[in-house]
Amino acid sequence: MEAIKTNKLTKYYGKARGIIDLDLSVGQGECFGFIGPNGAGKSTTIRTLLGLVSPTAGGARIFGKDIVREKTAVLAQTGYLPSEAMFYSGMRVRDVLKLSADLRRKNCSGEAKKLCDRLQLDPARKVDELSFGNRKKVAIVCALQSSPSLLILDEPTGGLDPLMQREFFDIIAERNQSGVTVFLSSHILSEVQRNCSRAAVIREGRIIACDSVEALAKSNARRISLAGSADLTGLDGIRDMTRSGNAVSFLYSGDMNRLLHRLSEGDIHDLSVSEPDLEEIFLHYYEKAGADE
Amino acid sequence: MTIIKQELRQGRNASLIWTCSIGLLLGICIFLFPEMKGEMDGISELFSSMGSFTAAFGMDRLNFGSLIGYYAIECGNVLGLGGAFYAALCAVGMLSKEEKDRTAEFLLTHPVSRTRIVTEKLIAVVIQITAMNLIIYGLAVVSMTAIGEKIPWKELNLLHLAYYLMQLELAGICFGVSAFLRKGSAGIGIGVAVGMYFLNLIANISDSASFLKYVTPFGYCDGADIAANGRLDGTLLAIGLGLTVIGILAAYWHYPRKDIH
Repeated sequence: MEAIKTNKLTKYYGKARGIIDLDLSVGQGECFGFIGPNGAGKSTTIRTLLGLVSPTAGGARIFGKDIVREKTAVLAQTGYLPSEAMFYSGMRVRDVLKLSADLRRKNCSGEAKKLCDRLQLDPARKVDELSFGNRKKVAIVCALQSSPSLLILDEPTGGLDPLMQREFFDIIAERNQSGVTVFLSSHILSEVQRNCSRAAVIREGRIIACDSVEALAKSNARRISLAGSADLTGLDGIRDMTRSGNAVSFLYSGDMNRLLHRLSEGDIHDLSVSEPDLEEIFLHYYEKAGADE
Repeated sequence: MTIIKQELRQGRNASLIWTCSIGLLLGICIFLFPEMKGEMDGISELFSSMGSFTAAFGMDRLNFGSLIGYYAIECGNVLGLGGAFYAALCAVGMLSKEEKDRTAEFLLTHPVSRTRIVTEKLIAVVIQITAMNLIIYGLAVVSMTAIGEKIPWKELNLLHLAYYLMQLELAGICFGVSAFLRKGSAGIGIGVAVGMYFLNLIANISDSASFLKYVTPFGYCDGADIAANGRLDGTLLAIGLGLTVIGILAAYWHYPRKDIH
């Protein structure tokens, strides 16, 4: 049984596109990345899974339970970290954490204390006085304190300083190792690359790629960086070229022999061939999908 | 119970301010009665000869010189309008404020069904309105005892019951409206309360508009009718109950289906 399984999940806001025919499958215990720029449909997917909006067509199951008919049971197993957390005015952090635990009918005070200590969050402070980053910490504790089986994280590190980001991902990794499924939605690709085993790329409401992070990053394109001069005109498969003095860098997905032939005819002082990072691949997916239309 | 407690905590200050304000004004009105009583003969005559204005407030049918006549008009307007504003504001923001203050995402991603949320929030509205009415009723009785007047229990009880039911009706309607709103709800709440109040004034002034009494809950709160008849109008109450139920059902129907953006 998958942790998350969507079947042609579709959401339109009136005539405006949300997500279209989304087929996703996230295994139990997986740390799954969900990549896409703003407006691609990441948040709509999450909001539909959590029952904040109802699907226009298709459906989804979380741990085998229907997200519409068994919503409360689904939410009982799910911890959600929103991209921008808002709380009731006038409350103290500890009251918000207690309210969240009470709504789940659980006593989470022990776990809440541990998490507050690790994230350096003062439970006595009023939520109205908290910075964006500290509000995020409150949301993190709310999402984690009940020890849910599935964590849905929407742009989780926004507002957190680098040290806190590391602490946060350490906690997530520990949870993941203990069997918790993690669904990490982000437009920060390095975050997904470091923490997730598999990922899906969403563009304009549709999944355009879904594979292991290694496989996604492993395209036949290579980042070629060279110093010197060579005639590259007319070579197919060159993208994203930058020049700085006599240094040239570009992504190459064409015939390697033809490139080497051209380079051998030029005057090359230095050459490096590397795998592109996920960021470059991501742009590649987007450009490719854009060109296909 | 968690959401009820949370709502009562959140609404505590507003509730206290409204209760104190209405209670204080009501108390002042009652304490002014002994002084006014001596001058009532002239005042009653004056008030009963102001044409439409007299009819609008029911002063043509009430004896301003008796405590209940005075109370029904003076205090009735304070409690009627004040209570209506409070009930409407409390109910119209109850569901919509979660989206307006952007706390809906927090509340609705917890394992609580939307139907339960509607139920608990509705109970919170009823508790707050009931508490306010009980306190104000207590203050009225204490004030009347303090000025040494004989308390007209039957009329007083009926009058307060009518205002309580009127507030519940407005709250029921506004609660239904609240389920459909995403932001700014206070204006709509006040609009409903004021609109209903003026419909009753119009119904009192013109015979051809008297059918409006069947629309507005102020119709069955008319102090003059209650004091004169010694009972509440069953037909108007039944219509009011119907509107209350429609409002509440609308909330139960729409809120669980609503997309939260």
